[in-house]
Amino acid sequence: MSTRLAKGGRLIDRSAATEFTFNGRRMRGYAGDTLASALLANDQMLVGRSFKYHRPRGIVAAGPEEPNALVNLGSGARLEPNQRATMTELFDGLEAASQNHWPSLEYDVGVVNNTLARFLPGGFYYKTFIHPRAFWKHVFEPIIRQSAGLGRAPKDRDADRYEQAYAHCDVLVIGGGIAGLEAALQAAKAKKRVILLEQTPHWGGRAPVDHGTEVGPLVAELAAMDNVTMRLRTTGAGVYDHGYVLADERIADHTPGDGRPRQRLWRIRAGQIIAATGAIERPLSFACNDIPGVMLAASVRDYVVNYATSPGDRTVIVTNNDDAYRTALALHGAGLHVAAVLDVRAQVTGDLPAQVRAAGIRVEAGRAIAKVKGGKRVTGVQVCLQAGEGAVLEEIACDAVAMSGGWSPAVHLYSHCGGKLMWDADHAMFRPDPAKPPVNHDGNAMVSCVGAANGDGIGAGEAPMEAAWVMPQGAPIALRSKMWLDYQNDVKVSDVQLAAREGYESVEHTKRYTTLGMATDQGKLSNINGLAVLSQALNEDIPQVGTTTFRPPYTPVTLGALAGEARGDIFQPLRRTPMHESHEAAGAYFEPVGLWRRPYTFPRNGENHAQAVEREVINTRTNVGLLDASTLGKIIVKGPDAGRFLDMLYTGVMSTLPVGKCRYGLMCNEQGFLSDDGVVARISEDTFLCHTTSGGADRIHGWMEDWLQCEWWDWQVYTANVTEQYAQVAVVGPKARELLETLGGMDVSKEALPFMQWADGTLGGFPVRVYRISFSGELSYEIAVPASHGAAFWAACMAAGESLGVMPYGTEALHIMRAEKGFIMIGDETDGTVIPQDLGLGWAISKKKEDYLGKRGQARNHLSSPDRWQLVGLETLDGSVLPDGSYAVAPGTNANGQRNTEGRVTSTYYSPTLKRGIAMGLVHKGPERMGQTVEFNTVAGGTVKARIVDPVFYDKEGAKQNV
Amino acid sequence: MSDPAKTVQSALNGAGYDGFADIREGGPVGMITLRCKPDVKALPKAVKAATGMAMPAPRRIVKDGAFGAAWMAPDELLLILPYDQVSNALETIAKALKADHHLAADVSDARAVFRITGAKAAQVLAKLTPADLAALQPGEIRRSRAAQVAAAFWAEDGGFSLVCFRSVAPYMMGLLTHSAQPGSELDATP
Repeated sequence: MSTRLAKGGRLIDRSAATEFTFNGRRMRGYAGDTLASALLANDQMLVGRSFKYHRPRGIVAAGPEEPNALVNLGSGARLEPNQRATMTELFDGLEAASQNHWPSLEYDVGVVNNTLARFLPGGFYYKTFIHPRAFWKHVFEPIIRQSAGLGRAPKDRDADRYEQAYAHCDVLVIGGGIAGLEAALQAAKAKKRVILLEQTPHWGGRAPVDHGTEVGPLVAELAAMDNVTMRLRTTGAGVYDHGYVLADERIADHTPGDGRPRQRLWRIRAGQIIAATGAIERPLSFACNDIPGVMLAASVRDYVVNYATSPGDRTVIVTNNDDAYRTALALHGAGLHVAAVLDVRAQVTGDLPAQVRAAGIRVEAGRAIAKVKGGKRVTGVQVCLQAGEGAVLEEIACDAVAMSGGWSPAVHLYSHCGGKLMWDADHAMFRPDPAKPPVNHDGNAMVSCVGAANGDGIGAGEAPMEAAWVMPQGAPIALRSKMWLDYQNDVKVSDVQLAAREGYESVEHTKRYTTLGMATDQGKLSNINGLAVLSQALNEDIPQVGTTTFRPPYTPVTLGALAGEARGDIFQPLRRTPMHESHEAAGAYFEPVGLWRRPYTFPRNGENHAQAVEREVINTRTNVGLLDASTLGKIIVKGPDAGRFLDMLYTGVMSTLPVGKCRYGLMCNEQGFLSDDGVVARISEDTFLCHTTSGGADRIHGWMEDWLQCEWWDWQVYTANVTEQYAQVAVVGPKARELLETLGGMDVSKEALPFMQWADGTLGGFPVRVYRISFSGELSYEIAVPASHGAAFWAACMAAGESLGVMPYGTEALHIMRAEKGFIMIGDETDGTVIPQDLGLGWAISKKKEDYLGKRGQARNHLSSPDRWQLVGLETLDGSVLPDGSYAVAPGTNANGQRNTEGRVTSTYYSPTLKRGIAMGLVHKGPERMGQTVEFNTVAGGTVKARIVDPVFYDKEGAKQNV
Repeated sequence: MSDPAKTVQSALNGAGYDGFADIREGGPVGMITLRCKPDVKALPKAVKAATGMAMPAPRRIVKDGAFGAAWMAPDELLLILPYDQVSNALETIAKALKADHHLAADVSDARAVFRITGAKAAQVLAKLTPADLAALQPGEIRRSRAAQVAAAFWAEDGGFSLVCFRSVAPYMMGLLTHSAQPGSELDATP
């Protein structure tokens, strides 16, 4: 029975009793307990079931390496699976539930797998589910999915908030044990900016338990220094290039609902990283080493000393080193019985064993455990010779087994960025190779390890340890198939040996084949033992077999912390125009355009979107409509060489544009493909305003600067992206002029402001620049006002147009009206493979200019081929709307057996104006085939016939826009 | 009709939040982007005439009350001045740099301005920007980012002033509010 001792417990506060539940059962602990120590104090030794065989599992460790004691923590909006009980601080009201059992932890039907274990060997999944192929999707996968995973995924929205924070320092020390504290002090005294992190809520690491060290004064000295920042409950999770470290701070895990962020992800830039991450004790591989009550030796003394929790009255200790004798002394000191210390070494000579013997404890040299007795908890051990095959010499009754296979430095952070390890045969461990550290930009070591993380002090002053990878060394298969290496993924010594026999020589392949070390603990306990077994099976040395790759994070980081503040309203920056709020008030349905949100349509009383769009189109064509065009890119280009610059950027000639006038232009990339379009206005002799597409503003501004800074650096041209300086309102429709005249302030008549000209002035008292441009085919003004006036100007336009029937319209009506006019849209008619010539835009390409960006590319034979698909209008014979993206089918099949095609739809709409489907598309030799019929495939299968027509469906003469 | 002077509306209408630091949207603020080679002789005079400020050194901002001049790039300055003085200043600059290639544009309305004040104001920013705030020099302006958007900021009057694009002002307000929640101080001891 595990229980709470009457005295002691350096970390618990016996005056602060705490209630919690485990699988619904009420239990009591103390403030300062971990969930694991509190469970043990309540004699809850069985905490979960293993992944594959559903074997009963108990707490093994006391730290982050714990493989078994994973719980579902909390409930509802605070449910989190796979939480390690050893790292969970106890708080009042904590709810925990065990995982991977059905119907209950005590009686699990999955345990039947246990008796079928010989049918579930390493590589089982690969061997079993590969054939027949069709079974995978319909039979195997659903079953595996159902049985996969340990915890339950939370279903509710997370109640907590998270954040990230940046920090910078000269020296980052990860690990607040004695080595970390001393390293931090040394750096701090050298006037370095120091950050010191510790994953647990306490400073000191193992020193207080193992050596009785009092770290208080050292901590106080550091805390008093201005250049030192100390953080408890913060795990150094990952080391990345250039001294970049992610650390996970658990702020309110132990105080849920107190209003603080639950966790904070630190993003640290460190000049130098010191890993003082200690070492992890290795289990020993003996039969039934997974029965609850078998624990790591150092963890046993942690529970006794730190939490006054005993794993049992009678403990058997099994070890290959002197360190485990500290556990014997700790248990003995707490008044508990150590039944025996079984030491695999033939001679036991150390100082610590001498102390244990002096305490009257039985020490047996050259002995091992043949098998642990018990089911849901340990009842005893069978003793054998380590040198033999497991013949039982005697049975010792006990409640707990404390095992120690030696220590492995926690080299994870050293290895994340490529630090290499070397094998230390004396201590049977990999330690950092100081000659091959992870390096910084300057070639210097980025991470260095101190203390046990560097292998320092492990076994110091003790008699030599002796590696014992299989116990006993000559164990037969019956025993080896019960020796667990990876508790969480149920990988045994026999599985790794089978993999070796089947030809898996690489440790990386063996890992994936057997799943060794692939569970949530990432093999913290199993890696070294597993590769030692593999190397023995392969008859190679351990360094030849090598380790698997250590990758971040060191311990799991919750997705909430990685997302940080980016959820809900601030998931991503949504760009809003100055009129956004009034659109919201008008019930607009928004669509994303880049990061902008633009009104798609403004539905009214019960309209669906199609009905609303139809109304908006008809109203704009008969009365007047308002479009929020603020998102349109606006870039000022100024300087003596501005005209020359724009002549290179656009396919047409801009330098000849008279001041006061506007001209439509196309921009191509160097390959000749159409990249952006828009209207250019000449503001003065040396100043132009270039309009770009909404999505293209930043890209085109960058494109301009790229050419100016890298290629034409001696041209005198400056650019400024003033997209957001102006709110822009398109006033569109036959009554547009009337609306502006109602506002009053400037002459907007045909004579004063003809088509494709602009003028500055005031409208309704607002300072405006009015462009007579049209993207709809109607009489149209685009009016720019400073953004700070945008909302008020929009409201003024709505008021002035009330008697004229003004209505706002959205992007869909905009798209339909431009399609009715045969105007192309970047991103619809273009996709990065289309050149202006494909779109019948040859008129916008200057033949006289010596050069422009894309000219050379367009001369290549594939782009100048007469066989290219070219833009035409398409009218279905039955008046229906062609499916978007539909292909025109041609006779025969291609080399891949696919149907030949001769064109595709680029834009397709129901035209409210024409009361029928209209479309534009690219068709092979399209313009030469006017009046011909082509067939387009449909989503449902089959085809629909369409006639090739002029792409301008509405007002071909352009009479309506030029009034 | 309406009086446009009264309709000038900053991005968030002066919205604020009082957390462990105080957040306030300020504005409208007059801003001019001025692109010109730094060795143009008339440039210091133009800056002085428009704002009363001396030329800022690289990565520095010269600030006095409502006026300021900030170095944004080797050939770009940001001039800060009262909103209603921008058109006069643009004329002044045009005159002073008549003979020199330059570009001066009003960007007052393209920007949103925030003030983050209080003893722990830096902690709010430290959650959002990768810039090292402890290394921020007096009078230094940083062009960096706040979470997912571009931002420039400098220390001033017991806090920070931060400039971002107007269209993302609500996002910026959301970030600052989230980051200034009481209880989330970076130096809090549990």
